[in-house]
Amino acid sequence: MTTLTPDNLQDAASANLADDPRRRAPLVTGDQDFASVTETVTHLALRKPPRAWYIAFGISMALLGLLGVLILYLILSGVGVWGNNQPVAWGFPIVNFVFWVGIGHAGTLISAILFLFRQNWRTGINRFAEAMTIFAVVCAGLFPGIHVGRLWLAYWLVPYPNQMAMWPNFRSPLLWDVFAVGTYATVSLLFWYVGMIPDLATLRDRATTKIRKIVYGLLALGWRGSNRHWQRFEKAYLLLAALATPLVLSVHSVVSFDFAVSQVPGWHTTIFPPYFVAGAIFGGFAMVLALAIPARQWFGLKDLITPRHVDNMAKILLGVGLMVTYAYATEVFIAWYGQSPNEQFAFINRAFGQSGWAYWVMVTCNCFIPQLLWFGKLRRNLWLLWGVAVAVNVGMWFERFVIILSLERDFVPSSWGQFMPTWVDMGMLVGSFGLFFTLFLLFCRYLPMVAIAEVKTVMPQAHAGHGDKQYDDVETDESGTADYRIP
Amino acid sequence: MDSSGQFHFPRWSNLLLPAIGVLAVTAPIYLITLVGYGASPATINVGYRPEQPVEFSHAIHVGELGMDCRYCHTTVEQAAFAAIPPTATCMSCHTNIHPKSIKLLKVRESYQTGQPIEWVKVHDLPDYAYFDHAAHVNKGVSCLECHGRIDRMEVVHQAEELSMGWCLDCHRDPTPSIRPRGQVTNMEWDPAMATDEEQAEIERIHKSLKSTRQLTDCSTCHR
Repeated sequence: MTTLTPDNLQDAASANLADDPRRRAPLVTGDQDFASVTETVTHLALRKPPRAWYIAFGISMALLGLLGVLILYLILSGVGVWGNNQPVAWGFPIVNFVFWVGIGHAGTLISAILFLFRQNWRTGINRFAEAMTIFAVVCAGLFPGIHVGRLWLAYWLVPYPNQMAMWPNFRSPLLWDVFAVGTYATVSLLFWYVGMIPDLATLRDRATTKIRKIVYGLLALGWRGSNRHWQRFEKAYLLLAALATPLVLSVHSVVSFDFAVSQVPGWHTTIFPPYFVAGAIFGGFAMVLALAIPARQWFGLKDLITPRHVDNMAKILLGVGLMVTYAYATEVFIAWYGQSPNEQFAFINRAFGQSGWAYWVMVTCNCFIPQLLWFGKLRRNLWLLWGVAVAVNVGMWFERFVIILSLERDFVPSSWGQFMPTWVDMGMLVGSFGLFFTLFLLFCRYLPMVAIAEVKTVMPQAHAGHGDKQYDDVETDESGTADYRIP
Repeated sequence: MDSSGQFHFPRWSNLLLPAIGVLAVTAPIYLITLVGYGASPATINVGYRPEQPVEFSHAIHVGELGMDCRYCHTTVEQAAFAAIPPTATCMSCHTNIHPKSIKLLKVRESYQTGQPIEWVKVHDLPDYAYFDHAAHVNKGVSCLECHGRIDRMEVVHQAEELSMGWCLDCHRDPTPSIRPRGQVTNMEWDPAMATDEEQAEIERIHKSLKSTRQLTDCSTCHR
């Protein structure tokens, strides 16, 4: 078995992708020790960012500005500026809402479920996946908010005693959505923040300007890294992970009820909740990959987000992609097997009707393209992998679009119509990416992008002196201290 | 910032913890009081008493003289809007009664020029709420139910909330507010005074009402 000394830690890099069942592959490559990990992550937040950041931020801000102007235009003109009209009363706003909520699922999956399953490789990516979750939920929350038409009355979504003696309809899944997404946003934010406290303290200690010292100091809540602090922190984090886990499954199930509880053919199916959850995780992981690949390049995080991390995510993407494909197949099968003419018509219409092209974009992006990931060589080609991730995001957007387009062919042929998005619809979709990336880039600029403290726990140095006795061929160096061993 | 250049929470920040506790307890009470009482229409709208161009006293005309509401508000049984009387209605009496009164200066002026007096509307429902006086009055809902004891008001003020919840209180259970049609404008009437005939009429009206579900439908009032 290989033992690692500081001298041959470098060899770990080559072992990063190898699957040797006798030992764990290293999750941090390069000649990294605790100090250098801290330096790698904190210098992003404390120094001048690379030029790529400024370019990306400029573009994002421009798109965010577009979104702001379009929302103003919407408020001044009314929802007629959108393509929403009978029979497709739910147009882009709902498509975008479901799309963004779906994106938001990967973060909590990585941070909560993978944490409970002791998947150590999550440490490299969990922080920014969680950030992505929160920003995606922000984008998602925007669309129902503006879809109500009278933005200033959006608080009517919340049940509260009022002089109108009026309550939201508790039997409506749209209200359940308010609670589900609200809970999810709260818990995700809390989880993200609590997990970040030790790293914020690191930033506080390394900050050079007065404002940063104070802001990071306030955010770090007086963290001093004492034994008691760590004990409480670990307990709180575990509890929050356990709280967040059911939410990963519940939120998108409730979102799917928006459709499944109705009677529209193609919507009224019991497969919707698991199908939506799988789709959400699929889209979310694709977004994590699409962000991680450029981020590790631009911000010099290649040693922390190693090829193995990327490879693992690609495998999950493939696995979840197969689940989604299975769900599509089941839908079609049940439509045939169920012998309901309306249901059958809905699915034939989806694939071969006037908007059939959208269905085939969805199938190509979500079912066919991810099959490339079966091959290790292709998974390791980052350009190709990034392309697949983007394709999946496109495909997942189209999945929701296809679902909405079911409304084009209602029960009553006299009400049939065609949905045409307007330029405002398009602009708001693009603008929501501006909002997302602006928030994300600000996060990259000012907060620890990688969970510093957590990454250190999966480094060999953290386990120095532990677990030697279980091997017969323990080697100690001349000084008598234990060698560095891959944990 | 301390001498080492590091940020430390100052000692007083320890007080924040109990402060949060106090806030957690008092904030809901404050909010409930503020929203439930302070911002309620019962506080904000009831008692609205704008100054009118002419000091017309309902207390004298209705309370003392016993005039019927419909003498002036003529359309109340036929139309959604209970008409504000033209100056000619005033002058039908005041040509002979107090013809020189200084208080009636504006009334005479209006009568001569044909320019209506600009009364200030007291009971003003929002434009999106549809209210029909005739529908209510003809079903035996007294003026009193919404306008209060007009016969005791020197200057008219808003007696009830006129909020949606207040409307719904009655629409969900209209029976207690129904009286015989003949007593609709009678300010002194009491259900205990109902004769057997009147009681039968109340029951007849009650049976003729739409279902509570229809009465509380959105489009009943928001058309």
